[in-house]
Amino acid sequence: MAPLDEERMNGVAQDPVIVAEKLDLTFQTNDGAVQALRDVNLTINKGDFVSFIGPSGCGKTTFLRVAAALEHPTGGTLSVNGMTPDEARQQRAYGYVFQAAGLYPWRTIAKNIKLPLEIMGYSKESQQEHLERVLKLVDLEGFGEKFPWQLSGGMQQRASIARALAFDADILLMDEPFGALDEIVRDHLNEQLLALWERTGKTIGFVTHSIPEAVYLSTRIVVMSPRPGRITDVIESTLPRERPLDIRDTPEFLEIAHRVREGLRAGHAYDD
Amino acid sequence: MSDAAIASSSGGFGTGARAVWDVVLPVVVVVAVIIGAWYVACVPMNIKEALTQAERAGAVVEPAGAKERRDMSAVGLALANSAYARDTLNQERPRLPAPHQVGQELWNTTGGMVLNGKAFSKRSLIYHGWVTLSATVLGFAIGTVAGVGLAIGIVHSRVMNMAVMPWAIASQTIPILAIAPMIIVVLNSIGVTGLLPKALISAYLSFFPVAVGMVKGLRSPDNMQLDLLSTYSASQSETFWKLRLPSSMPYFFTSMKIGMAASLVGAIVGELPTGAVRGLGARLLAGSYYGQTVQIWAALFAAAILAAVLVGVIGLLQRMTLKKMGMVH
Repeated sequence: MAPLDEERMNGVAQDPVIVAEKLDLTFQTNDGAVQALRDVNLTINKGDFVSFIGPSGCGKTTFLRVAAALEHPTGGTLSVNGMTPDEARQQRAYGYVFQAAGLYPWRTIAKNIKLPLEIMGYSKESQQEHLERVLKLVDLEGFGEKFPWQLSGGMQQRASIARALAFDADILLMDEPFGALDEIVRDHLNEQLLALWERTGKTIGFVTHSIPEAVYLSTRIVVMSPRPGRITDVIESTLPRERPLDIRDTPEFLEIAHRVREGLRAGHAYDD
Repeated sequence: MSDAAIASSSGGFGTGARAVWDVVLPVVVVVAVIIGAWYVACVPMNIKEALTQAERAGAVVEPAGAKERRDMSAVGLALANSAYARDTLNQERPRLPAPHQVGQELWNTTGGMVLNGKAFSKRSLIYHGWVTLSATVLGFAIGTVAGVGLAIGIVHSRVMNMAVMPWAIASQTIPILAIAPMIIVVLNSIGVTGLLPKALISAYLSFFPVAVGMVKGLRSPDNMQLDLLSTYSASQSETFWKLRLPSSMPYFFTSMKIGMAASLVGAIVGELPTGAVRGLGARLLAGSYYGQTVQIWAALFAAAILAAVLVGVIGLLQRMTLKKMGMVH
């Protein structure tokens, strides 16, 4: 039996969604060339929740931006659904969530979520339909007519996730989406994000600075290190898909966290 | 402002009136201090003339003789002849007219003339103010459209950014008093007269703050917001209408306020080389020809009040627009 069939029998479909091969990206800055990514090989499969963790400058955000066609590699290839990132963008393959919610202050929450739909030319009825569905997904029903300033930081970030989900992209790329929020709100949003992932079966790429967050959320954890930005370890999570918050106190969880920390240390993340 | 509104809605009339008083009191105090200082300044400014007239009328002043007094300090004279302080406040052609004289002149040439049914006579400040106002508003409209248009070009085209901006800055370093007569003369010689030449001088002054403000406003969205739109494959025009333009609104109104004030200055300056026939600028010039200081000050105040009203109208539009957009809470 081929390994692929074996996986299918275990109920996990192994369709590669994002495939990076020998990916290189060098920025030309005033201080000379900076190698943001070097020889990055990674496959993200459909339905995966992959976290990228590492210190500043390790290229985790850059990798996500290359996948979203916001940066273009200087070497190697990256494909999304078998297409180039630019083509995948035209096909609305992914939604992107930034560190700040970035809601337009002059638009209500509902109008903010409809923004991508307006640009992509959805009909009025279809916009409304999508809006109601994603508001329910992020638990913001009844807040559509509020302006962003009337919502807390956590609610604003949920609205921005709803905006990324609105146009039915199968891939969700999240760049430290909860980095600016306090820990209690962050815990709550992590729980909600897992529930959302479970319900929708999206493929998620998630950049974070937090080891517990990465371990709690992910099916796979990609540990990266800087100068040049590269992958030092890829850790398959052994945790079950069902994850209550207190799973973080189990020995299994702590062991994965330990391995992540070891990976960071091996990449000299704690130097200087 | 919004604090006052909240206080009055929740706490009833007493707290509401109090909140209003908290706003009004500082204004009243500042105005009172300015008027007080003005009255005090009138005494030494006008004392020599007052003493000369009093001496002519037979009074004894210290020291006697205009020649002796000429080289004395005005403050010293005022202190030595404090009995004549009152006379400094009601002269016909004072060096510095007292506030009530200016107020009286303002009323005589506005409200008083309305009551007499001569609101638009040649001596009325309403008439002259209207002439200046129409040039100001027309020039402001031209300047604003030009400024916004330039800003859109500069933000979207690197070539325009490099080619136009230095000229726009250079244009503002030329003293307007030097270029205004040339604009009038040149336009006159090709048959353009009346409102338009003055309006063009206003536009010349007002396009710049609008252009600079709008460039800043249209560039105010940060990289993250622009990246977000590129993940939707938004076009340049969609980015403009949905992000850049709404983001620029606070900048737009602020720069329009500056533009409006500059436009009024332009219109007044534009009235000077035309022979001082009509408008507040003409009134200022005529006043200085004939030593009518009261008339000059009245025209100055009329111009200031006009500017305050125009800027206030833009402020009102700003508040209404931003409120409608949900950008003021």
